[in-house]
Amino acid sequence: MKISMLMEILEATLLTPDSDLECEVHDACGSDMMSDVLAYVKDQGVLLTGLNNPQVVRTADMMDMVCIVFVRGKQPDQTILDLANSRDIAVLSSNMTMFTACGLLYKSGLRGGRL
Amino acid sequence: MEEIKLHYDVPGDDFTRAGEASADLKSRLKKLGIPSAAVRKVSIALYEGEINLAIHAGGGAIDVVIGGESLTMILSDHGPGIKDISLAMSEGFSTAPDEVRSLGFGAGMGLPNMKKYSDDFDIESQVGVGTNVTMKVYFDA
Repeated sequence: MKISMLMEILEATLLTPDSDLECEVHDACGSDMMSDVLAYVKDQGVLLTGLNNPQVVRTADMMDMVCIVFVRGKQPDQTILDLANSRDIAVLSSNMTMFTACGLLYKSGLRGGRL
Repeated sequence: MEEIKLHYDVPGDDFTRAGEASADLKSRLKKLGIPSAAVRKVSIALYEGEINLAIHAGGGAIDVVIGGESLTMILSDHGPGIKDISLAMSEGFSTAPDEVRSLGFGAGMGLPNMKKYSDDFDIESQVGVGTNVTMKVYFDA
């Protein structure tokens, strides 16, 4: 699924305007616990989270993730966005809850990767 | 490849900076052409280590040796030490305060993740003295 499609499904706003929306994401992970995210290998993944701090970007970077979606309308500050830009990670914000956002992406074919 | 040695100091008073060493190491390894699967293992293991140093030990030091076939990371601190290492190594066990949990860590996955992503893992700790963790990752494993 392309990031542009993900944006459409989640009715999300793009917070990193220079990001490549044609980039493909293959797996998704929804969590507010970063150690849980780090426990499972993802490929070209998207991270959905309600946590709002720089460690979200660092975690996504370590996992080679290409996109972060802040759910529940969370708005990351400029420090977080700068960090994401420097790592070529697209950042989106959606007003949907975690459950709804994950459900809609699953329904559209995105899966959770392997344990 | 000639052996490369790196040293990082992890501050104990600024949690937002935890991860800077692993990010730097990751970018160096990519430039050196180390296989991406190994780079990811190193990055995650070291990142969890950095978080642990910042959360539990009041900071510490990381020494990295990059060889031709493997990479070794030694994390050392003068923190409170770990009383029961086997308990600390079990998934879900955590002594992290609520403040750390609210930042997305402290789920008791740090040490298990470090072991999981290392090919060789060793931990030594003495209460009141500190903790040393050695992790080795082979590039072709």
